[in-house]
Amino acid sequence: MILPLAVVPEFVDAFRYVFVGGESVTGGLQVGGPALIPYLVNHLVLSFVSVAVAVLIAVPLGLYLGHTRRAEFLAVNITNAGRAIPPLALIGFFIAYIGVGFDAFGLVLVLLAIPPILTSTYVATTQIEPDTVDAARGMGLTEGQILRRVEFPLGLPTTFSGIRIATVAVVATATIAPFASVDTLGVPILSPNVHGPAGQLGAAVLVAILTLVISAGLGAVQQAITPRGLKTVAPERRRGLFATLRRRTQTT
Amino acid sequence: MNASDPAQTSTASPAGRQAATLELRDVVKLYPGQEEPAVDHLSLEVPAGEICVLVGPSGCGKTTAMRMVNRMVEITDGDILVGGQSVTDRTPYELRREIGYVIQQVGLFPHLTIADNIATVPKLLGWDRDRIAARVEELLQLVQLDPEQTRDRYPAQLSGGQRQRIGVARALATDPPLMLMDEPFGAIDPINRERLQNEFLRLQVELRKTIVFVTHDIDEAIKMGDRIAILKQGGRLAQYAEPAELLMNPADEFVKDFVGNDRALKRLALQRVRDIDLWQAPMVRKGETTASVRQKLEKADVKIPLLVDEDGCPIGWLSDRAYAGEEVKADLRSRAEPTVEMDDILRDALADLLGSELQYGVVVDEQGRATGVLSIELVGQGVHGVAPARTGADALAT
Ligand SMILES: Nc1ncnc2c1ncn2[C@@H]1O[C@H](COP(=O)(O)OP(=O)(O)OP(=O)(O)O)[C@@H](O)[C@H]1O
Ligand SMILES: [Mg+2]
Repeated sequence: MILPLAVVPEFVDAFRYVFVGGESVTGGLQVGGPALIPYLVNHLVLSFVSVAVAVLIAVPLGLYLGHTRRAEFLAVNITNAGRAIPPLALIGFFIAYIGVGFDAFGLVLVLLAIPPILTSTYVATTQIEPDTVDAARGMGLTEGQILRRVEFPLGLPTTFSGIRIATVAVVATATIAPFASVDTLGVPILSPNVHGPAGQLGAAVLVAILTLVISAGLGAVQQAITPRGLKTVAPERRRGLFATLRRRTQTT
Repeated sequence: MNASDPAQTSTASPAGRQAATLELRDVVKLYPGQEEPAVDHLSLEVPAGEICVLVGPSGCGKTTAMRMVNRMVEITDGDILVGGQSVTDRTPYELRREIGYVIQQVGLFPHLTIADNIATVPKLLGWDRDRIAARVEELLQLVQLDPEQTRDRYPAQLSGGQRQRIGVARALATDPPLMLMDEPFGAIDPINRERLQNEFLRLQVELRKTIVFVTHDIDEAIKMGDRIAILKQGGRLAQYAEPAELLMNPADEFVKDFVGNDRALKRLALQRVRDIDLWQAPMVRKGETTASVRQKLEKADVKIPLLVDEDGCPIGWLSDRAYAGEEVKADLRSRAEPTVEMDDILRDALADLLGSELQYGVVVDEQGRATGVLSIELVGQGVHGVAPARTGADALAT
């Protein structure tokens, strides 16, 4: 009970840093408050662009691999490889060989985002009832039409869950973008000598909240884009549920 | 495929598209990496408007044979002609759009409404919206579902039997000249299966599609088929015949075993002669004028006059000479023996028919008076469990 309370003053400082701002530790510089807005915008733009590029690459690729059932091992391996390379190591690699800046770090984030999106799209596509696809083909849909009209919409909820995971990872990882000279919300965290402990904590909390909000928002989007037919329950089952409820209310 | 063609819009009627003939010529399918072909030199001809049932034990190549027709499986050797045209000359997806396709698991699109499911192929063909809506309505009625209630539902909201009906409606959407059905009622419980079968047969009387129907159930085959192709392991044709013929003259031991004498006969034992819509023979008496006989012959199902006595009890089938002169003479080609009673079960009646020379059995009532004629065709149709269409008589007349 006592421990959290002891932390409170620091949160108050962090709160003030985020919403009001103040002078930097080094002096002469306005930090926090409105000065955070460019960082926030940068953070969001960097994340959005990276995820968008990753989606454009991974979704069609995943659909194609899933549709053709080609390279089951590939999708899995890319994923494992992707997960195995920590972004920090990637950054070192990129800074050394490609350079710094928005594009270079964006590329890191894209590479980070691709595996979960690729896997989820691949899994989504391969998990569709083979009979549904067989019926579609048997009725004369071309392979492209099967992809667009059957496999993509049916796999969309699963695909989107991958996008959501990737987005959260990207937003969190964009925090270390300042290593590559891209000023995101990671700046106050990585430069406590300028922004002070209040800045460090404030920005960290801000990033955490941002991730949660984005995750929740995308969750809502996922619900919204799930085809209605996939959410509906069979009449038997529904009747069963009502019957159970009725039986219960009757016995009590 | 002209959207403004009115003949194309009302297609549930017999005025719809002509059914196509189907011909398999020495078709072989060898799956890559397999030693033995799945289908081995299979030749079949299915006349337009008939149901051809492919039946046989599991793994004998029924599905493979069926799927080669719409090129879901590529033919290794031989040829398949739909309406006289080789399927290999056509782009697979274009070919498939003209062939109805129903599978056991139905394969409805779970993310689309029932209306959109049915509209799949019409949309591919670019029909306009009004025409599609009208067609969906018509098809839902055709498969006995209420359009208002069903149209906007999703597959998950329907029962298995309803989904199966939608599957059939979807396959019929563009009124295809040929339908392929792979165990379409296989996943349905026996009572509903029976109902769906009967419903489908009634529908077929109206639609007259050429249909390839796959099943592993010989009873279903006998019930549904105008012709039955029994396949052996390795996709070899054991016998291709009409159901009645198959029951009576199995080509070999395999067919005999597969048909399972007693199983088929059990079905015959379930029905009595009075359940059958009998044929009528022209009943004539000795001394009757031949003009009147000829007149009766015209209207009758059976084109041979039956001589009866004063009480109407059958005496025998007249020979041609018997009514060549002015008056009917008692010149018989065969005696009306044995007779069949209304309450005889079909199995016994069939046994009697097989013994008679003409393969017609005169049915008599309690007083022994002739009331109709039972034929082998009628028994065959009786096994189907539907009111017999008088195809046998039609065939005799032509
Ligand atoms: N895609 C395939 N690749 C290789 N072999 C196959 C393939 N499909 C089917 N076969 C083989 O071909 C044979 C015939 O299969 P098919 O599915 O046509 O049988 P079926 O008569 O429909 O059987 P069932 O009644 O079980 O549905 C079987 O031995 C099967 O293992
Ligand atoms: Mg099969």
